[in-house]
Amino acid sequence: MSLTPSHLQLNHQGQLRHFLTIEGLSRELLTELLDTADSFLEVGERAVKKVPLLRGKTVCNVFFENSTRTRTTFELAAKRLSADVLNLNISTSSTSKGETLFDTLQNLEAMAADMFIVRHGDSGAAHFIAEKVCPQVAIVNAGDGNHAHPTQAMLDMLTIRRHAGDFKNLSVAIVGDILHSRVARSNMLALKTLGCEDLRVIAPRTLLPAGIEQYGVRVFNDLRTGLRDVDVVIMLRLQKERMQSGLLPSEGEFYRLYGLTRETLALAKPEALVMHPGPINRGVEIESEVADGPQSVILNQVTYGIAVRMAVMSMAMAGQNAQRQLNQEAQ
Amino acid sequence: MKLTIAGARVIDPASHFDQITDLHIAAGHIVAIGAAPEGFSPNQTIDARGLIAAPGLVDLSVSLREPGYTRKGTIASETRAAAAGGVTSLCCPPTTRPVLDTPAVAELIFDRNEKAGQTRVFPIGALTRALEGEQLSELVALRDAGCVAFTQGLAPIKSNRILRRALEYAAGFDLSIIFTPMDPALAEGGMAHEGPTAARLGLVGIPESAETVALARDLLLIEQTGVRAHFSGLSSARAVDMLADAQARGLPVTADVAMYQLLLCDEDLAGFSSLYHVIPPLRSASDRRALRQAVQEGVIQAIASHHQPHEPEAKRVPFAASEPGISSVEILLPLALTLVADGLLELPALLARLTTGPANALGLPAGRLELGGEADIVLFDPVASSHIGHNWLSKGANCPFLGQGAPTVVTHTLSHGKLVYQA
Repeated sequence: MSLTPSHLQLNHQGQLRHFLTIEGLSRELLTELLDTADSFLEVGERAVKKVPLLRGKTVCNVFFENSTRTRTTFELAAKRLSADVLNLNISTSSTSKGETLFDTLQNLEAMAADMFIVRHGDSGAAHFIAEKVCPQVAIVNAGDGNHAHPTQAMLDMLTIRRHAGDFKNLSVAIVGDILHSRVARSNMLALKTLGCEDLRVIAPRTLLPAGIEQYGVRVFNDLRTGLRDVDVVIMLRLQKERMQSGLLPSEGEFYRLYGLTRETLALAKPEALVMHPGPINRGVEIESEVADGPQSVILNQVTYGIAVRMAVMSMAMAGQNAQRQLNQEAQ
Repeated sequence: MKLTIAGARVIDPASHFDQITDLHIAAGHIVAIGAAPEGFSPNQTIDARGLIAAPGLVDLSVSLREPGYTRKGTIASETRAAAAGGVTSLCCPPTTRPVLDTPAVAELIFDRNEKAGQTRVFPIGALTRALEGEQLSELVALRDAGCVAFTQGLAPIKSNRILRRALEYAAGFDLSIIFTPMDPALAEGGMAHEGPTAARLGLVGIPESAETVALARDLLLIEQTGVRAHFSGLSSARAVDMLADAQARGLPVTADVAMYQLLLCDEDLAGFSSLYHVIPPLRSASDRRALRQAVQEGVIQAIASHHQPHEPEAKRVPFAASEPGISSVEILLPLALTLVADGLLELPALLARLTTGPANALGLPAGRLELGGEADIVLFDPVASSHIGHNWLSKGANCPFLGQGAPTVVTHTLSHGKLVYQA
């Protein structure tokens, strides 16, 4: 039998040992993660931006999909925790020689890595590595297919908590290509777990997955209705290939119907936050003036991303170490 | 070699025979039921008291993987596994390498089976050359070489025009065609049933309409051409409804379902285990309910293993990258008997779905116990329990049921009067 995510990512004491998905994690654990990230934000403001929590540990950034930005924030986070960092861009090395994911990761494990930060195009890849390849290494999911991007979700949560307050009283709208978005899936789970009662998704039918209702969201096909009186707007990136597959007629029509502009943002609450996981497509899903405007916290998200990743890495490493000790004592 | 099976409850669904009696076998055939013929002295007597004797099962879909994919399975290994599952006759699909589109490949399969096989093998020929969907295979030559039916499988056909002509041609020679309805464009890139589970896991969905759109087209062309038709591996409730409607209109179409589709559903994918990656995909729990009901009511006449063994590497990858298929022929009977335990079917009716149902669907000379007929017999203990995976025989261990218990034990399988499996 395959383990469900919650069994897989927690150790016997209920601490995080892998961070694969938000699914199955408790509100207490997510809150602890946010609190820890808050404390690391202060580290980033010091002259010497380092704490020794991961000293002597080796963190491998294993990216099967290119992403300079996400990889860089993980790298910075690991270095601020005093870890040794190895960056591996696998899409251009081993796999083109026919080596399997299984063999690549086992080889890295044999080099005594303590943590893998994994991004992969297949949904479930991080789960597969944690369960089947190297359960003794702490695995952090940096994005797997359309499935999950849990560190992005937690940095979004930190942004919301710091700028808008308690989740319970907030109306949050996620707008755009929900179907292909791992960020949207992780954000919906995180927001519901943290108590957000009014969660909305706004998209054309073709960009919504079947069974979206399971997330406890309200679905809107019309942006103007959906944005009314929300406190937070999370915009998603629209990939150009969506036009070729018959999901949308054109970028222009999408922008007219779902683009966040000064005019449509005015339907939200006056102080509503504007968020975007980046990279943004100006004029496709968001108007430049909104992206750069006073309500935008898009750059804050990037800053918080480092603190959140420090929190995830330190917690997962601690949980994995505790589990290893338990296993050794059991032997 | 003479053999007596003594004291078994003998069930033959074809003749509605069901009583405790003896079976006497000589030269591969059943020579007496009940009292032994005069002067009959068996070389071996199996004390079968407490056991059930039934016709050996007929499995309409077992990938033997030979020729071409012997790292996944061989005729020797997979027919041995089939015998352990109570199967004595099986149909193998044409998805070999080379594709079974010439008599030479059929001959090779028969030769290997003659030397190393443990069951009877009925090959299914490719409807089009190399399954490329463009040019018809030499269907009559393949029939003469022993192919019992023809299929395009999941490989797309180039156009409806070619399909129509293939069916017309086949109908002219009274050939049987097996359809696995799946619209390639609607299913493109998909790997799981389009529904809440796939949505949550971020797996690309295969909508129910991928099956029903293709099924609707197939039914219309079957009606128009009058070809003999069988549907393989149906997966959705809506498809079952459409099939029942067609049957009610008088269209003589039959269907089978994969045994695992009656037990599993898309929710089993929640742990991302590649063992649950199958095509057509595991659908919703309500689809599964409809499939079970269709088996109960006889809208679906046959249960098949849809056995697809794989080497470990094919599944030791993330779900999306894994090859689809479950290895399960060797537990076909134990899994099927859970349907009796669940109260879905009485034992004789279940055995009909595993013997006469599939045999009649393709007109195979198998699946019955009769005086003078082939001694293809399975003996099983209906109350013993077994541990799945103990003494696993298939080359493919890609089976999500490994480690579970099953409510029965196949004790003996006889093919042509020869003991090919004994627990």
